[in-house]
Amino acid sequence: MADIRTLHDAVAELVHDGDTVAMEGFTHLIPFAAAHEIIRQGITDLTLVRMTPDVIYDQLIGMGLVKKLVFSWGGNPGVGSLHRFRDAVENGWPRPLELDEHSHAGMANRYVAGASRLPFAVLRGYRGSDLATRTDTVASVTCPFTGEELAAVAALNPDVTVIHAQRADHEGNVQLWGLTGVQKEAALAASRVLVTVEEIVDRLDARPGAVVLPGWTIDAVARVPGGAHPSYASGYSVRDNDFYQAWDPISRDRDAFAAWMREHVLDRTAPAPDGGEPHGTPGEAEGALSQ
Amino acid sequence: MTVNAARALAGATTCFVGIGLPSTAANLARRTHNTDLILIYESGTIGSKPTRLPLSIGDGELADTADAVVSVPEIFNYWLQAGRIDVGFLGAAQVDAHGNINTTLVDRGPGRPSGRLPGAGGAPEIAANCGRVLMVLRHTTRNFVPRLDFVTTVGHGSGPGDRARLGLRGAGPTAVITDLGILTPDPATAELTLTHLHPGVTVERVRAATGWDLEVARTLTTTEPPTTAELDALRALRAAGKDDQR
Repeated sequence: MADIRTLHDAVAELVHDGDTVAMEGFTHLIPFAAAHEIIRQGITDLTLVRMTPDVIYDQLIGMGLVKKLVFSWGGNPGVGSLHRFRDAVENGWPRPLELDEHSHAGMANRYVAGASRLPFAVLRGYRGSDLATRTDTVASVTCPFTGEELAAVAALNPDVTVIHAQRADHEGNVQLWGLTGVQKEAALAASRVLVTVEEIVDRLDARPGAVVLPGWTIDAVARVPGGAHPSYASGYSVRDNDFYQAWDPISRDRDAFAAWMREHVLDRTAPAPDGGEPHGTPGEAEGALSQ
Repeated sequence: MTVNAARALAGATTCFVGIGLPSTAANLARRTHNTDLILIYESGTIGSKPTRLPLSIGDGELADTADAVVSVPEIFNYWLQAGRIDVGFLGAAQVDAHGNINTTLVDRGPGRPSGRLPGAGGAPEIAANCGRVLMVLRHTTRNFVPRLDFVTTVGHGSGPGDRARLGLRGAGPTAVITDLGILTPDPATAELTLTHLHPGVTVERVRAATGWDLEVARTLTTTEPPTTAELDALRALRAAGKDDQR
């Protein structure tokens, strides 16, 4: 059974310096609030894993907390580049960033192998691409039945996976739906799992197509309404597109970035589970950004 | 460009759609000549019927209007890798004469760090596993380069037979649609050749915007200008949902 914790305590307990951390979400259900708490607690030397690192990884990288990124596509979806990511890769600011770079199919299969507790996964991928030449987590294997040469990708087993979901019950069983991306695989591949949720309910009503992660596969659940903002939680919130647009000019400039992070992340406390400090509501972020 | 890219989807049943221009074109095709086109996005949506242009690959509109929503491992393994999809529709940062794509990094010259692009995403396996590949991008010497700084995604490799040697399924890139015209691979060389010009565009202008010595087909076709119906549909698509995206 997962413990129901405050976000502050769950992060302090489960995420440590030097950990390999996956915070997944395919545009939907991205655990922004949890990542902000990692930033506030200054947890550093992280190896971050994610198929589609976007604004929240840009923030962690820009704060100098990341030594390595394992990924397959890094951008601000629908807007353009991640400028803190680019600054780290191109100029080593604020610290050099090591990359382990894959295709989406490769990353998805690395999680599948990790969740299956297999050493690697097999796919018909990477053929002719230079990607395979720059990583030691892609190799080739020969099919023992047909002799076909296939790509082998090393399993990904994060120390910690952090995801955001719609609901949990009091036993810490978690339910998520909509675009479920690779969250289930990332959670089942990890040693420790933290899930932030929109709400905690007495009973999880069945929802067709929903993913349920039993409480015994999860270490801690924290109730963080709006914890995916500026991304969205289907059924609870919509994507704050203005924020993604506004992030572009903020993140282009090192000083503007630092000032924004101070005001909106560092100088705040973790959102309290019941009411308390609002966590960057859309209107609030918009107002702050338009100044 | 977008109208011609949409027209290129005539006859397609299923399309694995990249975000940006490919998504606009695929949605336009569904609004005009190919209303049954099944749109598949790498976020796991199959048969999306968005009422407005999606803002990203994970736009909730794509999930809410889909026939099915599946996990990301499933979309890549069961649907893409299994060869169930007719057309892969991609954008690109750099393309070479054989339709190979770079979306990883660009060389900025001696003493300067490489410029970072977003990375591969789904493209390597989309181009490897779909029945054919369409590309749409703006025509400049920055995009159409003589040599890729990094091969992210294989089109026709270094020439005919390369796809087969690498074990890649399908025909590879069959058309690159740009704002100036359409390039298609010459069957003998697999090299992108100018086969269509948009009205008012000259061969010289296209050659000047291409970073290699562009071959020109013996018979050049001028593309039909967009019809009123096509333009109306495109405008409606672009205008739809402008307010509720705020």
